[in-house]
Amino acid sequence: MKILLIFTFVCLLLSLFFDRKKTFSGIKRGFLMFLKIFPSFLNVIILISIFLTLVPYDKMVKLLGKSSGVMGITIASVLGSISLIPGFIAYPLASILIKYGVSYRIIAVFITTLLMVGILTLPIEIKFFGVKVSVLRNCLSFIGAIIIGLIIGVFL
Amino acid sequence: MKNYIFTSIFLLFIIFSLSSNFIPGINVYKNFWIFFKEMITYLPFMFILIGLFDVWVPKEKVEKHIGKESGIKGVLWVMLLAMLQAGPLYSAFPVAYLLWRKGCSIRNVFIYLGAFSTLKIPMLTFEIGFLGLKFSLLRTIITLPVFILLAQIMEVYLRDKNFEIKNP
Repeated sequence: MKILLIFTFVCLLLSLFFDRKKTFSGIKRGFLMFLKIFPSFLNVIILISIFLTLVPYDKMVKLLGKSSGVMGITIASVLGSISLIPGFIAYPLASILIKYGVSYRIIAVFITTLLMVGILTLPIEIKFFGVKVSVLRNCLSFIGAIIIGLIIGVFL
Repeated sequence: MKNYIFTSIFLLFIIFSLSSNFIPGINVYKNFWIFFKEMITYLPFMFILIGLFDVWVPKEKVEKHIGKESGIKGVLWVMLLAMLQAGPLYSAFPVAYLLWRKGCSIRNVFIYLGAFSTLKIPMLTFEIGFLGLKFSLLRTIITLPVFILLAQIMEVYLRDKNFEIKNP
């Protein structure tokens, strides 16, 4: 977070130094784009917060903690695909699961689907890429994530 | 305006929940607040950078470095760009749009998304901290060829389909 802030600030200063007019038109363009997309972002985080109330973190830990084998992979991949959990919550969650004795294979499937597949953010993705491409990207990523998880399971 | 209907209903629901102490509603609100804070801290900076990138970086430069003929070097460039960023996946879509409009190849756009979602450095440090270097390294090494292959599939599939990324 801090890095992004500093980086943006440095870029802004440099830009202002070289060309004031260009800088303002750039900020304006960025801001207009932000305003256009803002309602979609808002709606998606509303969906996420409703989802996380229905399936809270401790319930996820319980669901994943009890599972193993094919069923475990299925649960992990579905949970990972639907939910959107920021890294600072997802990784502590994963380390708790490992202490519970959940296999690395299931953790890897959960983490990779979480990172690569986004069902709840699909409405935003569709606005940029269209329905077909977004669905295709998510399906391919889903398959890819499961393969990655299975390979990690072989090694760990 | 119709984009705000859902938001308005949600807002009414939250006001109702808070005033009548409806517990599930309050929980939804608490979750919403966490994600709203995350969004509002990242996005304004992202969009300032996007705007500056838009006015300063000419199309020819982007095309030359990460365009159709950029090869392996182009792949490395987009990956580096993606790894240096932070934030949730949905904040990468506007960047992908801009890269594409400036002449980035389809394959490199999807490599950018792949690297952004799985290899961001701020996220990797977190992963190493909680799951260990071995897990993180292994996941990185296995994920890399997978998302490059996915991007290649997307490129082949979209090659002559007049694919475009829209500005919503």
